[in-house]
Amino acid sequence: MQRLGLPGDGQASLTGINIAPGATVRMEVAMETVQTDVAIIGAGGAGLRAAIALAQADPKLRIALVSKVYPMRSHTCAAEGGAAGVIKADDSLEQHFEDTVGGGDWLSDQDAVDYFIREAPRELVQLEHWGCPWSREANGSVAVRPFGGMKKQRTWFAADKSGFHILHTLFQTSLQFASIQRFDEYYATELLVHEGRCAGLTAIEMRSGQMRRFDAPAVIIAGGGAGRMFPFTTNGAIKTGDGMALAYRAGVPLKDMEFVQYHPTGLPSTGTLLTEACRGEGGVLLNRNGRRFLQDYGMGPETPLGQPVLKTMELGPRDRVSQAFWHEQKKGNAVPTQWGDAMLLDMRHLGEKTINERLPLVRDMSISYMGVDPVTDPVPVRPVVHYMMGGIHTDIKAATPLPGLYAAGECACVSINGANRLGSNSLTELLVFGRRAALSAMQYLEAGAHTAGEAALGALAAAAQARLRELMQRSGGTETVAGLRREMMQTMELHAGIYRSGEGLAAACSKLAELRRRCRGIELHDKTNVYNTDLLQALELDSMLECAEALTRSALARKESRGAHQRLDFVERDDQRFLRHSLAHYRGSDAPRVDYLDVVITRSQPGVRDYSGAHE
Amino acid sequence: MGERLVELEVLRYHPETDSEPHFQRYSATCREEWVVLDALNHIKEAIDPTLSYRWSCHMAVCGSCGMMINGEPKLACKAFLRDYRGVIRVEPLRHFPIERDLVTVIDDFIAKLARVKPWLMPKDNKALAAGEYRQTPAELKRFKRYSMCINCMLCYASCPEYGLIPEYIGPAAIALAHRYNQDSRDGGRELRQQETAATEGAWECSFVGACSEVCPEHVDPAGAIQQVKIESTVDWYQEHLMPWLKK
Repeated sequence: MQRLGLPGDGQASLTGINIAPGATVRMEVAMETVQTDVAIIGAGGAGLRAAIALAQADPKLRIALVSKVYPMRSHTCAAEGGAAGVIKADDSLEQHFEDTVGGGDWLSDQDAVDYFIREAPRELVQLEHWGCPWSREANGSVAVRPFGGMKKQRTWFAADKSGFHILHTLFQTSLQFASIQRFDEYYATELLVHEGRCAGLTAIEMRSGQMRRFDAPAVIIAGGGAGRMFPFTTNGAIKTGDGMALAYRAGVPLKDMEFVQYHPTGLPSTGTLLTEACRGEGGVLLNRNGRRFLQDYGMGPETPLGQPVLKTMELGPRDRVSQAFWHEQKKGNAVPTQWGDAMLLDMRHLGEKTINERLPLVRDMSISYMGVDPVTDPVPVRPVVHYMMGGIHTDIKAATPLPGLYAAGECACVSINGANRLGSNSLTELLVFGRRAALSAMQYLEAGAHTAGEAALGALAAAAQARLRELMQRSGGTETVAGLRREMMQTMELHAGIYRSGEGLAAACSKLAELRRRCRGIELHDKTNVYNTDLLQALELDSMLECAEALTRSALARKESRGAHQRLDFVERDDQRFLRHSLAHYRGSDAPRVDYLDVVITRSQPGVRDYSGAHE
Repeated sequence: MGERLVELEVLRYHPETDSEPHFQRYSATCREEWVVLDALNHIKEAIDPTLSYRWSCHMAVCGSCGMMINGEPKLACKAFLRDYRGVIRVEPLRHFPIERDLVTVIDDFIAKLARVKPWLMPKDNKALAAGEYRQTPAELKRFKRYSMCINCMLCYASCPEYGLIPEYIGPAAIALAHRYNQDSRDGGRELRQQETAATEGAWECSFVGACSEVCPEHVDPAGAIQQVKIESTVDWYQEHLMPWLKK
């Protein structure tokens, strides 16, 4: 295939704009195949960390990094607040363990949390050694800031663009390894599974529309979350659950999908995230009467303005803060805006200097997208879908039940986050388990690589191509991607939000089943090859619908309230029946089957989550 | 804030069916507070699903949605409709070949990023177990602004030199090299200068300064480029006139 060249190579057009040469009508050709040792799907934080770990461990390994976007577009870049890891003398691993397990309402696997907190500081120092511009103390050591649900200051940060700097540090570091071969803007469509092992994948090269086969005895999925199932989310357009859906369709269960994190402070106009660091630095939340209402929801007593106290009031965990807003809304205490109900995030007392130094992006976005300057006015905010605690079922080694398949980052569920993730644990998680997935894949290869034969892989890839062709060539369909997507989002917003009911979830399940059926009636408007986003969005819709169905089915089956999953008809936590992970199993066009797996408890028995100031 | 009817004139080009690009006019009912990206998303959803463009974060940090808006390089997610009157003309980023519609081929930029060796080459090797390198806030400040680049390529679209001399490494890549050169932990400047001070490097720049004007993150690549020139000059004098100072 002809590669595209430098600017200026294109033919000049009447408008004086260059056209890419070689981009002409292509005939159907035999599928190109890439031979590799490890294929990684997703080039955000977890995927890049995995790729670097592989390249460093064995320079001879062939690594294919397959991503539907260029690495620096990945959504890791949007994380703001920071990454948690114990470093300061007054902190301890045990305290990080306790905060994480309690924050997760005891649904976290405690052996995994132990591994995570022990590895965390090393990974954050590693990023520092790769050049990450962490904010510093006057003596040159790395600075940490307070974060919700954390009893000590342990969140490393780079102003309020921590995820951005982590992603770019990893991307730039990865450029020195020749063995990492990138396939940017390739959309993975299917995993190739042969004789019970993962053997590779198929992907569409967006530029040509051609399908490629990747033969890989080990595959790591690092495809990110699925927040775009919901209409109001901090998540970028790319977060459509593709990685989760790939594993799910290949027979790997999705774990704890009912746990969806609402971040308490998104801009009502766009859903743009204002980091929890706003409150870590001392910002407070007010209702329409100017009351710091969190004190009325078990997170009091009120702390002095400008002197935030860890693990209480505005530094309570995200699930509790978002739930408190929901109650305030019901009581009529919310602040009305043209985009619906909100609360106020007041940072005025921090002063212009602190806001500029510590929260420059927050100030810029509040002004740009809301017309409110946090230096002079409180900013309206409301809870917004932010993060999936659930995802691809993996063990503590980042391995899925399918031999040869590993997963890390938001798409995976180890689980360290349990029923509610603490802010700043996920950036660290993608480093720790990105690397762990790489090491596990290496061990798997060292134990003897299983390569499926050309005939088997060729047949699997041909079937994948036939399925894609059927969608491309379908005619007479009356459904549209945008129409079905809108109905899905409305369903999720209505029935799978902060508070849920059995009735609503049952309605959502049947609606989603209907939407999945109607998906087969989509006719694409765009049947061409080059950068076909109509096709891409149809495939992404499939992924989202499958994740959404796993989510609502698991939520319907969990008849208790725990962490981010709150049922109006089952208001108590029920450890007797539900101190267990849910596992949703794919069953084709039928609804998923949900079963359960025990939580690993090593030393912390389920107790009361106390975020009152009395927890000292 | 209410709604208003916005006219957009969007450049369309499909290599499989078009011999050359053309403009297509869309009328879209938009909310007053929307950005151009919101208008494009509305068109894609409700009017024309075949329109292709890149976007993701909608918060000016992923760098995907750079395009020409009324002739200026902008992030579509930060170009507010309220700042425009009349027909809004939307075109792909200048100086890059068009892949399709508003999607450009960015291979050249991606290759140039890698060429300047944008990774830390530690001056002193420190074991992980020994903890972090010390870096004072003042040392951090020396390079921080150059680390803010989101790779949106608006600076390349604004740069007349890049338009004339496609081999020029360009603003963002030089600023990125400068970012590592200025980092107190780094010792790799000499290696990077081989690229940035070469004929296709900083000396191509005629200091028009458009790159710094259009940069949505205030990276100031023009400033970085001038500093690379100064360093390269000092290097030359040291090498040729005061060779004993070297090493």
